[in-house]
Amino acid sequence: MGGGGGGRRREEIEGELKKLRAERKELDARIRLLESQLEVGPVGVGGAAAEEGVVDGSCDGSVACRGRGGNGFAPDGGLPADMIYRYSRHLLLPDFGVEGQRKLSQSSILVVGAGGLGSPVALYLAACGVGCLGIVDGDDVELNNLHRQIIHKEAYVGEPKVKSAADACREINSSVKVVEHQHTLRPCNALEIVRKYDIIVDATDNLPTRYMISDCCVLLNKPLVSGAALGLEGQLTVYHHNGSPCYRCLFPSPPPVAACQRCSDSGVLGVVPGVIGCLQALEAIKVATAVGEPLCGRMLLFDALSARIRIVKLRGSLPDCTICGKKSAFTEQDFQKFDYENFTQSPMSDKTAPSVDLLPENARITSRDYKSMVDNAEPHLLLDVRPTHHFQITSISPSLNIPLSMLEEKLPVLETSLKKRAAASGKEPSLVVLCRRGNDSQRAVKLLREKGFASAKDIIGGLQAWGRDVDPDFPVY
Amino acid sequence: MHLTLEFGGGLELLLENSTKVHKVEVPPKDGEEKVTMKGVLSWAKTNLIKERPEMFVKGDSVRPGVLVLINDCDWEICGGLDAVLEEKDVVVFISTLHGG
Repeated sequence: MGGGGGGRRREEIEGELKKLRAERKELDARIRLLESQLEVGPVGVGGAAAEEGVVDGSCDGSVACRGRGGNGFAPDGGLPADMIYRYSRHLLLPDFGVEGQRKLSQSSILVVGAGGLGSPVALYLAACGVGCLGIVDGDDVELNNLHRQIIHKEAYVGEPKVKSAADACREINSSVKVVEHQHTLRPCNALEIVRKYDIIVDATDNLPTRYMISDCCVLLNKPLVSGAALGLEGQLTVYHHNGSPCYRCLFPSPPPVAACQRCSDSGVLGVVPGVIGCLQALEAIKVATAVGEPLCGRMLLFDALSARIRIVKLRGSLPDCTICGKKSAFTEQDFQKFDYENFTQSPMSDKTAPSVDLLPENARITSRDYKSMVDNAEPHLLLDVRPTHHFQITSISPSLNIPLSMLEEKLPVLETSLKKRAAASGKEPSLVVLCRRGNDSQRAVKLLREKGFASAKDIIGGLQAWGRDVDPDFPVY
Repeated sequence: MHLTLEFGGGLELLLENSTKVHKVEVPPKDGEEKVTMKGVLSWAKTNLIKERPEMFVKGDSVRPGVLVLINDCDWEICGGLDAVLEEKDVVVFISTLHGG
């Protein structure tokens, strides 16, 4: 790649850019510190320290975001000229006006998750001039996030999402106090973080975290703007506000694990969480300013494929809800001890897939074992049981694709392929089964053995293990 | 009774060709005059659900995590399993989403 001269020139420019960016960052930090010293009241100075990012990983309680004086508004309540110009299109709205902008500037909003939903939420809340914007996320930016997590840029791949998102927000609006919480929200730190904000936005990607945030908002009596997206569908509602139910009123028992689809398995069209995230920002603004009717006791269902939005009426908060009901005995201590992952039987992350263990050791081989089989030209048939659209992304050649869901009815096809292989090699071929991560392959081998394919074995860890341990060039997805 | 049954949030994957909207004729249960949600559930399980019925029903109700809406209204407000349906009602079964 690239000749000497061009490469060097590029390196020089990149070096210069890096230096300039660092200088700018330092200047920004100094400006913010000085600005905060000008502010009246105890919050200013603490806030400025927080802007540098809370990255200690502890259950930090030092960053206050409540009672902020309101960015841009002078103590006497007037809006300075530059702020009038900046927010003029808001001020011109009769229903919103100066009062709406003032309330917005005095509000503090926490966005949990800086992903596909959180990206537009944070961008719009920063742009529209909320007083304080907190962002919580413990993950780093990955290349496969960028198609939908539009707040992050290529240059930030490998960096913490919170830092990337906070930088983007500050670039849009330097008058907003942006607080970085670079942890995964957990029962041990959630109360301390959530307590500091007026409104909470759930922009997370997994079930246990959704239960946890809802419980936390009930305990601390905060409105919760909750959005979700998967595939080509999205859902949105405001929990625990104006008589609306909490998440537990609606879903007292968690769904079975098999019903919990994740973006990292099922996929998601980038713009779908974008649409829902924009609507979440809108609902958060409505709650903050008391303008309009927030989506309380109602749920918006978005179907991108048929371009349909349906708004349905939900039950009110349940009098006997174990969390928000009048007789609820759920305390902050109970919350901190509650095991949400155990309750839902799923991890507090979209990435860690629950793995199954269905087969005896002698029915499994490693990806390296399989590589030796290929190298030694051992007669075998590689059966890939992933769905067809997965197989079309990438595959190991040669292999036969029969999706797990169709395996039972297509056993004759497998039989024929094995016979052909036997005729070609003059030996009984072994049957090796493969999938993406090594779960479906176990289910397939279990079925195959029951159906008389006694030699069937699966590859532990599937294509992910193959890419990691055997062929680093094999595309991961 | 003419009803429209819709499936979403991933529940459509349990149906033939993953079709979301079904215009159907649901008869009352033997010896009954009215069609209740209980009857609709068991009719849908028998006539529409093609695989993994445990992803749709649990006991005589829907599995946890499924919202049921009758004419865009949470069935809990309309009487749940005992809700009585009327001609041309629209019943939506939607699995809650968690991704983002």
